[in-house]
Amino acid sequence: MSKINELFTSKIHAINVGIEFFKDDILKQDASATHLDWTPPGGGKPELIAALDKLESPSVLEKIEEANKLAVERIINSQPVLIGFDQAINCVPGMTKTTILHAGPPITFDKMSGPMKGAVTGALVFEGLASDIEEAYEVAASGAITFAPCHEHNCVGSMAGVTSASMYMHIVENKTYGNIAYTNLSEQMAKILRMGANDQSVIDRLNWMRDVLGPILRDAMKLNTNGIDLRLMLAQALHMGDECHNRNVAGTTLLIQALTPYILETDFTTEQKRQVFDFVASSDYFSGPTWMALSKCALDAAHGIENSTIVTTMARNGVEFGIRVSGMAGNTWFTGPAQKVVGPMFAGYKPEDSGLDIGDSAITETYGIGGFAMATAPAIVALVGGTVDEAIGFSTKMKEITTTENPNVTIPLLNFMGIATGIDVRKVTQTGIMPVINTAIAHKDPGIGMIGAGITYPPVEAFEKALLALSENIN
Amino acid sequence: MTVQVLIKPNTYFDSVSLMSLSTKANQVEGVEQAIIAMGTEMNKGVIRNVGLMTPEVEEAKTSDLMIVVKAATDELCENAFVSINELLTKKNTSSSKSEVKYSTISSAAQSIPEANLAVISVNGAYAAREAKKALENDLHVMLFSDNVSIEEEIELKKFAHEKGLLMMGPDCGTAIIGNVGLAFANAVRKGNIGIVGASGTGSQEMSVRIHEFGGGISQLIGTGGRDLSEEVGGIMMLDGIRALENDDATKVIVLVSKPPAPSVEEKILAQIKQCSKPVVVWFIGGNEEKVTEAGGHFAKMSKEGALKAVLLTGADESKINKKALNIPLVNEVRAKLTSEQKYIRGLFCGGTLCDEAMYAAMEKFDNVYSNIQKNPEYHLKDINVSQEHTFIDFGDDDFTQGKPHPMIDPSARIERFKQEAKDPSVGVIVMDFVLGFGSHEDPVGVMLPAMIEAKQLAEQEGRHLEILGYILGTDLDQQNYQEQIDKLVAAGVTHASSSQNAGLLAREFVVKGE
Repeated sequence: MSKINELFTSKIHAINVGIEFFKDDILKQDASATHLDWTPPGGGKPELIAALDKLESPSVLEKIEEANKLAVERIINSQPVLIGFDQAINCVPGMTKTTILHAGPPITFDKMSGPMKGAVTGALVFEGLASDIEEAYEVAASGAITFAPCHEHNCVGSMAGVTSASMYMHIVENKTYGNIAYTNLSEQMAKILRMGANDQSVIDRLNWMRDVLGPILRDAMKLNTNGIDLRLMLAQALHMGDECHNRNVAGTTLLIQALTPYILETDFTTEQKRQVFDFVASSDYFSGPTWMALSKCALDAAHGIENSTIVTTMARNGVEFGIRVSGMAGNTWFTGPAQKVVGPMFAGYKPEDSGLDIGDSAITETYGIGGFAMATAPAIVALVGGTVDEAIGFSTKMKEITTTENPNVTIPLLNFMGIATGIDVRKVTQTGIMPVINTAIAHKDPGIGMIGAGITYPPVEAFEKALLALSENIN
Repeated sequence: MTVQVLIKPNTYFDSVSLMSLSTKANQVEGVEQAIIAMGTEMNKGVIRNVGLMTPEVEEAKTSDLMIVVKAATDELCENAFVSINELLTKKNTSSSKSEVKYSTISSAAQSIPEANLAVISVNGAYAAREAKKALENDLHVMLFSDNVSIEEEIELKKFAHEKGLLMMGPDCGTAIIGNVGLAFANAVRKGNIGIVGASGTGSQEMSVRIHEFGGGISQLIGTGGRDLSEEVGGIMMLDGIRALENDDATKVIVLVSKPPAPSVEEKILAQIKQCSKPVVVWFIGGNEEKVTEAGGHFAKMSKEGALKAVLLTGADESKINKKALNIPLVNEVRAKLTSEQKYIRGLFCGGTLCDEAMYAAMEKFDNVYSNIQKNPEYHLKDINVSQEHTFIDFGDDDFTQGKPHPMIDPSARIERFKQEAKDPSVGVIVMDFVLGFGSHEDPVGVMLPAMIEAKQLAEQEGRHLEILGYILGTDLDQQNYQEQIDKLVAAGVTHASSSQNAGLLAREFVVKGE
């Protein structure tokens, strides 16, 4: 029987695109219909539609599908394991005493946002490269300091992402593919370097982290020769109600539980160990950077696959939002303006006080957690407007712009659906659906810190530029 | 300015909810500043930083909820506490079921395996792209959108043909598949007559007449208006005929179209010739001889076609009310018209209905003008000004640029009607009113005030204004068919029972000297 004759005898299920009442009329006739949430592809821009069409010509399409399949396989099969902690100067590739790594795509000091300038100058004081903040501004602008994105040194950094030589780093090794990713330690609290604060209390905390916390964690992990399987822990944290970007209660508990026996066995004093436990308990965020390093570790393994349209990096420097795409190897960034973050704020602050979207933490969404896994964290739905249904909606919607589901990391509430994995530049430009990002809000001025949290989206320009480049590149 | 503190011991809220509540609390009237937070050291730090620290706050435990309000007076503080308490106890009542929303045809098709058809009505600039996606995902397509290039149409139809899928359209206004009407369709009985139509309202008319004669429709396949052009070559109509031939539920096939391009006509006739089922052909203004030669059943007009089809299914002719033309009525109207009132003005929503009435008029008159006349000589000089016998298709691109179709928005036709009604050379104004899915909920009703007013005006001027109305619809349509007729009749409008009769009556009213 031909397909047309099959249709004649089947129950009609129509997919309706365009005029919505056609769907209503079909439903009135006891047939099924699904109305699409449709917008013109590429925002209706002819050059983008042409690029999409080119990428969909059969021979090109085949190459892309094959490359993307490989890319998501590598993301999914990556097994990031925490193998240790050490100072950046000892482990981060290309790190020097005068290097300052920062979040997001490349940026020069003069163009940095308020919070990032605050963090950079604070770090220079912390490193002894300047005696005070005022001098630090001069040093930063002098040309004596090498600025580079964290991402270009196998690192990620939350918020301003400012990472300097003596800071302690997580060392996360990909047991499947061998690559290593790094990120520094959570400073906990709100008035902290990464949020742009840089007064003496901030420097004092950094000193303590360098002198006590870091060494204890380093020594503890030296005793743990198996390392800590972070993907397993992440999956568990999601089942316990974290989305592992803005809610880290479960993950932090799991992580410190895994570290504690080894911390106890280190040669530090009980008082120092007690300080470490108090510090970890002072904020749920302690494991936040850990999940970033895990995500970075998995996504780096998928970067540089010829013809792949999978996004391997989303990062912001407070001025620009940049993405990197697997098929554009190396450090090719596609950027657009950083956006506002909308969400609840600490008392006393208003939306006008907000700095623009900042930080490498969107690496978690790139991996499929954070905003993408909103459905695992009903406790924090206030971030996204208030209802659990909305939170679930975010998680299912992200499937529209991703390639597959990660079966290793699942969402119980959605029938154990795997997290949406492998953001595809083509799908983003095709649908106009932007990846949703849960994130913190830093004050726009240097020296103040965190003032709220909420959600934001990348600028569409970054994806449009990437699409055009890919369509030129893939033949 | 006073600061008041309320500590709720052992009350837990997560920090994000509290941030949200704080934001709302700061909007409470009279509040200078409000902080709602758990009694952690970090939160106490925040309170200290903004200068609101009090001994109670200092004492609060991690498990206590702290509410700190700064306002001009104690009373305002108290009021704020009441409002904040309401916020704390307010449950979010939104319980909208989280429905999965798909954004692309591909994702919907892949997630809904039972999906079998795409109905596409997006802007023409994007329509072909979406149709291609649908075909790629093995969906049959009804493409309602117009402004799709003929090259794209050919590509889509060839692709669909290769895949064995329906590619109805572009510019396909109607279809009935598996008894489900799509876009502009009438509710008709399920039956054993299959229609393949290149003209939307023509196909609707055919389905409605068949229903009226007691027959029913198995499938109505729309092809889009250009399918039988030289370029497209009738790909969809040929596939449609084959599919209906292979459909056990179909006994008789009816084709509806304007006359095809010669090369395409050949192909269609060849297909008819080898078809094992009877084929009724209504090609408006088409050639009877060739059709008969090919073994087809030719119909010059729509009602005639419907009747032939119903009889071919074995219906008892003696039991069918054929609604013959009302000759006494013709004479009656003729008697009311003066010699000056000699022109027909046809104001149509349906293109084929317009065509049918126009062809009827052209049999008797030479001076028939229209915005859809093929012969440029008889194309209206100004589509907004009628000449002698004039037939306007308000659904044509001339009138729909940037506006909804007249079946949805009747305003353009109402204005034109008022204009025509004042013209003393007009003998009859004929109009169609299309019911069914997609159409206006009360098409007669929206025209009624204008018709009543025009009738009164004509009466004051001492002339008869003949208005002839045809309602395309069935007793099953969602609009009340009988009520629509009653409204017409009550307003003194003559009701025609079919498109064919409307065309013939209009013509006969103004024909002289027979």
